Amino acid sequence: MNLTLKVWRQNGPQDKGKLETHQLTGVTGDMSFLEMMDVLNDQIIRDGGDPIAFDHDCREGICGMCSMFINGEAHGPGRGVTTCQLHMRSFKDGDTITIEPWRASAFPVVKDLAVDRGAFDRIIQAGGYVSVNTSGETLDANAIPIPKADADEAFNAATCIGCGACVATCKNASAMLFVSAKVSQFALLPQGQPERKRRVLRMVEQMDKEGFGNCTNTGACAVECPKGIDLTNIARMNRDFLNASLTGE
Amino acid sequence: MLDSKIPGGPLADKWTQYKNNIRLVNPANKRLIDVIVVGTGLAGSSAAASLAEMGYNVKAFCFQDSPRRAHSIAAQGGINAAKNYQNDGDSVHRLFYDTIKGGDYRSREANVHRLAEVSTSIIDQCVAQGVPFAREYGGLLDNRSFGGVQVSRTFYAKGQTGQQLLLGAYSALSRQISKGKVKMYNRHEMMDVVLVNGKARGIIARNLVTGEIQRHSAHAVVLATGGYGNVFFLSTNAMGSNVSAAWKAHRKGAFMANPCFTQIHPTCIPVSGHYQSKLTLMSESLRNDGRIWVPKKKEDAEAVRKGALKPTQIAEEDRDYYLERRYPAFGNLVPRDVASRAAKERCDAGFGVNETGEAVYLDYASAIERYGKTEANVRGLENPNAEEIRRLGKEVVKAKYGNLFDMYRQITDDNPYETPMKIYPAVHYTMGGLWVDYNLMTTVPGLYAAGEANFSDHGANRLGASALMQGLADGYFVLPYTIGDYLAEDIRTGAIANDSAEFMEAEQAVREQLNRFVSNNGTVPVDDFHRRLGRIMWDNCGMARNKEGLTQAIADIASLREEFYAKVRVPGTTTGFNPELDKAGRVADFLELGELMCKDALEREESCGGHFREEYQTEEGEALRRDDEFTFVSAWEHQGNPSQAKLHQEELVYDNIELKQRSYK
Ligand SMILES: Cc1cc2nc3c(=O)[nH]c(=O)nc-3n(C[C@H](O)[C@H](O)[C@H](O)COP(=O)(O)OP(=O)(O)OC[C@H]3O[C@@H](n4cnc5c(N)ncnc54)[C@H](O)[C@@H]3O)c2cc1C
Ligand code: SF4
Ligand code: FES
Repeated sequence: MNLTLKVWRQNGPQDKGKLETHQLTGVTGDMSFLEMMDVLNDQIIRDGGDPIAFDHDCREGICGMCSMFINGEAHGPGRGVTTCQLHMRSFKDGDTITIEPWRASAFPVVKDLAVDRGAFDRIIQAGGYVSVNTSGETLDANAIPIPKADADEAFNAATCIGCGACVATCKNASAMLFVSAKVSQFALLPQGQPERKRRVLRMVEQMDKEGFGNCTNTGACAVECPKGIDLTNIARMNRDFLNASLTGE
Repeated sequence: MLDSKIPGGPLADKWTQYKNNIRLVNPANKRLIDVIVVGTGLAGSSAAASLAEMGYNVKAFCFQDSPRRAHSIAAQGGINAAKNYQNDGDSVHRLFYDTIKGGDYRSREANVHRLAEVSTSIIDQCVAQGVPFAREYGGLLDNRSFGGVQVSRTFYAKGQTGQQLLLGAYSALSRQISKGKVKMYNRHEMMDVVLVNGKARGIIARNLVTGEIQRHSAHAVVLATGGYGNVFFLSTNAMGSNVSAAWKAHRKGAFMANPCFTQIHPTCIPVSGHYQSKLTLMSESLRNDGRIWVPKKKEDAEAVRKGALKPTQIAEEDRDYYLERRYPAFGNLVPRDVASRAAKERCDAGFGVNETGEAVYLDYASAIERYGKTEANVRGLENPNAEEIRRLGKEVVKAKYGNLFDMYRQITDDNPYETPMKIYPAVHYTMGGLWVDYNLMTTVPGLYAAGEANFSDHGANRLGASALMQGLADGYFVLPYTIGDYLAEDIRTGAIANDSAEFMEAEQAVREQLNRFVSNNGTVPVDDFHRRLGRIMWDNCGMARNKEGLTQAIADIASLREEFYAKVRVPGTTTGFNPELDKAGRVADFLELGELMCKDALEREESCGGHFREEYQTEEGEALRRDDEFTFVSAWEHQGNPSQAKLHQEELVYDNIELKQRSYK
């Protein structure tokens, strides 16, 4: 298939940036979206130009590094997939595709389609862990049975890949889905209980400090989340936050 | 002579006695000591977190935008530990034995035993961190079995075990970052190690966003930079996985061990076209329940390839379940090297089932039926019809492998619940790596290697679910002890200067290489060379190797390297974000490593594990080891060109295990 690609080019956080148009021929349906970008970059390099910078690593939907806003949707038209898992068979010959970076003031552009998601790391550093030393001298792993349903739900929350699509999709650039997924993972497990209140207070405080917007319950985040992180996590976090705010750490 | 520094005493007591006798650094002195950890995968994150908890000042580096994105995140199937929760006869000794045997008797007894010993603490530790492993209805941890063993000792979190373990280690690391005990450098690449008076005393790093070159000093340096499977261009590794950190260390004096020992994983999605950038693994756990086959008749295989026949139309008696046929005792669960070669053998013989002829079937039809029947019983359904059984069976399979099936469907547009998956072997893991002694120290004093970057535990073939175990064992439980013994000497050294002549020279050399790339007047993109290197490696140093091919490959790689420097085009400048420049440096190192791998494969005149020399096979086509001549680790010392590297041998002594021809029949 032949495609017209409108790609966001921006030299750094200060640069204004603009869309640049490229024509690409010979794209096949079995190519992944990023392989299509490789072919485009190959063409640009051979023509003596400056290739388009974008983030990616695993190319199988698990590292959370790829992050393209495609035709107005985070990770493009597919549901439950990251950009790297999107295949060109989702498009047809003659299509025009617009490709932009995540847009949120808490995610400044590094270059072109790559953004800085360091804010997510700092939120985890604020409390997204169980304070246990790595000595190995802990209880036997089977000492505390955990009901399968709780373990499964904690697992579901823990599958968040930290990609930031939720933020990019939200009209307020809220990070609630991401933060609540981590808060929920620990809230659902016995290991997470001792620090439960402190954790939610600190993580939410850091989230606000990073400049993410407020949640107005539009639910767009969960629609675009490639890992199907559920909105109930946000509700759980809100409850925990309220409780912790009222009763203190 | 290489000294592996294996402690004395009986095998089972070595590690305990060693820990009781090493020197410790007291807490006040630890605050005076700096350690650099390069890499934040399972090995690096766990090492950095543990060292920081102990009180050292740690600087950690990764090239991704967050430590959580290291390649370990992609591990699917699980992690082994000798817990014997299933009461199926597992033990530390059995895990040790399985690992040595699985590695085809080319790994070091003492290291492997230590790994088996600490394996149980890993699970305890991870559960304490809140890692959500799969559980049974009783609330206890569930296990599955993996290739090459006859017990169920693999812990898992659906098909995302690596993700959950890495997020556990990342959370421990984040806790130390928040305390200021680890300073984290994201989007930084290690460009070289710096030696002062023969000891590793720091690194040169490059900020990948700004291009800034930095000198970082420390009392010891740990490389946990992962494996080098990407030398083949197409592999299941993440795109950024590279050999550069290890290779730079090699050029500075660290020996490379068994570089040719590569694991080719039997169950990956076959190549679909020239543009292909990476291959996707279908977890080995699928071999638990899936059955592998090709058509028995050549005409059926041909019809399938032309699209005239569907696999579901081939009658049971016309299918060749070749693993079950050749290896009745282990069936579909033979080790990876054996399964991969068997697939290649069938495809080479003309029984492949996709357009390229390089694919076999992995079929879930009988598993769906089996699970469906059990489920119907459990639910007390009387006389369920076939359709009902299939529906129930699919639900069970979905619960167990759902995400893998989804992934397969996304990539191939085929529905694996209805038609068998097509799979083919692909490069997956490298058993070879930096040579390390029992302390995980390389031949450069103060330079350590952990995780896939070292060669230590898997011999010539790694068992499934053992890499995650090794990475976390190294980082949580081994290095924190062994490095202390070395650093005990350094309590009076004081901070290491980062402006000595050694640092300045190393920095200068890095700048020169970068400038050379961007000012080269070439026209050909970096990937072009990488792809060609990959082809040479796959054809000559892949699943089957021979003298002629390897000799030719060595010459071809050397000339490709020349062409690379003459013709490569690296756009942009050395400042600012420039992924093409990062790639150029990595491919330059792969172009050297490939040559050394071929040399290693050429000089190891035997077949063992993943290293199959066509000249050395049994009448039945199995790998033929030559224990009398090759029971050693090849450790290569850099001497200029890779093909001039000097061989050092570490004899492997088996006091506790009898060397046998591996048999999975
Ligand atoms: C698809 C797949 C599935 C797998 N499944 C399993 C499984 O089920 N069970 C199992 O046991 N094993 C599995 N493995 C193998 C296992 O995942 C790896 O061997 C293991 O995770 C490697 O961990 P590591 O910590 O050594 O390195 P990695 O996780 O590769 O981390 C390397 C780190 O080094 C950094 N780095 C590298 N070079 C540089 C540099 N020059 N400068 C700065 N930083 C650098 C990277 O940023 C990264 O942080 C699987 C592998 C693959 C590919
Ligand atoms: S919640 Fe979903 S969209 Fe948001 S970071 Fe996690 S995986 Fe990405
Ligand atoms: S590249 Fe890893 S999730 Fe897309």
